[in-house]
Amino acid sequence: MIERRPVGTLLAHFTLIAGIVIVAFPIYYTFVASTRTIAEILAPPMPLWPGPHFLENYGQALFGGLGRIGGVDVSLLLANTTVVALAVAVGKIVISMLSAYAIVFFRFPLRMVFFWMIFITLMLPVEVRIMPTYKVMVDLGLIDTYAGLTVPLMASATATFLFRQFFLTIPDELVEAARIDGAGPWRFFKDILLPLSKTNIAALFVILFIYGWTQYLWPLLVTNSNDMNTIIIALRKMISFADAETEWHMVMVTTILALVPPVLVVVLMQRWFVKGLVDSEK
Amino acid sequence: MQRRVTFPNRVLPYLLLAPQIAITSVFFFWPAFQAVKQSLYREDPFGLSSAFVGLENFRAVLTDPNYLHSLRVTVVFSLSVAVAALAAALLLAVMTDRVVKGRGVYRTLLIWPYAVAPAVAGMLWLFLFSPAMGTLAFLLRRAGVAWDPLLDGDQAMLLVVVAAAWKQVSYNFIFFLAGLQAIPRSLIEAAAIDGAGPWRRFWSIIFPLLSPVSFYLLVVNTVYAFFDTFGIIHAVTGGGPAKATETLVYKVFNDGYVNLDLGSSSAQSVILMAIVIGLTAVQFRYVEKKVHYA
Repeated sequence: MIERRPVGTLLAHFTLIAGIVIVAFPIYYTFVASTRTIAEILAPPMPLWPGPHFLENYGQALFGGLGRIGGVDVSLLLANTTVVALAVAVGKIVISMLSAYAIVFFRFPLRMVFFWMIFITLMLPVEVRIMPTYKVMVDLGLIDTYAGLTVPLMASATATFLFRQFFLTIPDELVEAARIDGAGPWRFFKDILLPLSKTNIAALFVILFIYGWTQYLWPLLVTNSNDMNTIIIALRKMISFADAETEWHMVMVTTILALVPPVLVVVLMQRWFVKGLVDSEK
Repeated sequence: MQRRVTFPNRVLPYLLLAPQIAITSVFFFWPAFQAVKQSLYREDPFGLSSAFVGLENFRAVLTDPNYLHSLRVTVVFSLSVAVAALAAALLLAVMTDRVVKGRGVYRTLLIWPYAVAPAVAGMLWLFLFSPAMGTLAFLLRRAGVAWDPLLDGDQAMLLVVVAAAWKQVSYNFIFFLAGLQAIPRSLIEAAAIDGAGPWRRFWSIIFPLLSPVSFYLLVVNTVYAFFDTFGIIHAVTGGGPAKATETLVYKVFNDGYVNLDLGSSSAQSVILMAIVIGLTAVQFRYVEKKVHYA
């Protein structure tokens, strides 16, 4: 702080608190709704403090079975989404580390061609190739499979760049020393590169886990069956039958359950999250 | 670009690259190639035969009033989201940078919406403002506002803009805060000694020094509003009412996946590809070079 301006400081705190209230209110409201009965939700204004049906509603959503989208429990939806998010994050990290390793530590024909091929994928998000990609998925029989939900998302230009940048900062002397000591490429990767990359891997993992969890268009395209849905797609199916007997208290519970896991990852791994975000955009 | 010391293997690097190249070829390049090819053909409704029609699909798309309407919707939507999300984030970042007590707590409480999926963000706002059950919608109506985003296009647009901006504020906030903290304190102190008040210091020193970050964020926010907000629109308004919130990406999805008009959908895909290539080029060329003061 440059000078003392008590009024200004007070104003800053006030603005921040107002900001936090606006940021948090929609989620708080949904949480309150998730602890009330459907009758209370459908008779606005709803009281703004939690109701008494927390255990009942959440228990029914997680393990109750009947009445949800095609009779699928939210616990299965959460399991699906977790599998997708983990597989996408781990897959992207492994695949891009291997690519970056090849591009930085080896000299071979077509090296730059491969590098540019990976770079160009930045310009081809799913949104610009919806139909032909869908056709490929159908031809390969990948609709409604975990492989279909995850493998096509595993290519990653940004993660490859991040690892490439990092690998380029490793001193030649270290590589030379490893080679003189008789370390082959695998040994060097496992014993030297991997331990050095730990921080980058952790930071990237947080970002990619959230990327995987929040996918929308892709799971929408490649799943038909209700028990392969991710929680977000199932949620959208629940509200799209609107007005005809939508169980709104269950919708609210599902919404809260859909956002708690990634929010926890961000809050608990905040340091890695900020690093990952800032690094991966360079 | 290239290291001095490398491993001498001949086959290994290809094996290491194989998974990435296989995925990009099968799921990125082949479909993109198909999209370009299909945009030059017209298929009959049963998918039995197709005829080469040159740029006919593009002509049809670009003269279609629905497409031009969708383009306008996209521009309005993207600009509103970017401006709202950037302005709110900058305000919060400046305030966070100013306070000493509780900075860490404020930061934590402001960044977590990043983890909320766009579609879920849309639903949260829908719950608040749905005419059937939203408490805020109820209050608006009691105050005399004819609030019904299911019928009024402008209100539907407002709702998706707010939801999309709400989710993006945390991302911008992190970058603005990092940018603010990188500004040397001595510079601001010098200005203060010369008698510049907080307002003056902000516009004459801090804001210009933030311009590289701001420009970068403007591009990222535009890309976000173009592509990542598909979930919000699909879940909340379904492009309606009366196409009032039908963005280009929503239209590609709807024409191709729902209405199965492959020629038109492919032509739209190719146009979107051109837009992404343009935005990426801007991001890489200008962000690093032109707007730079440090």
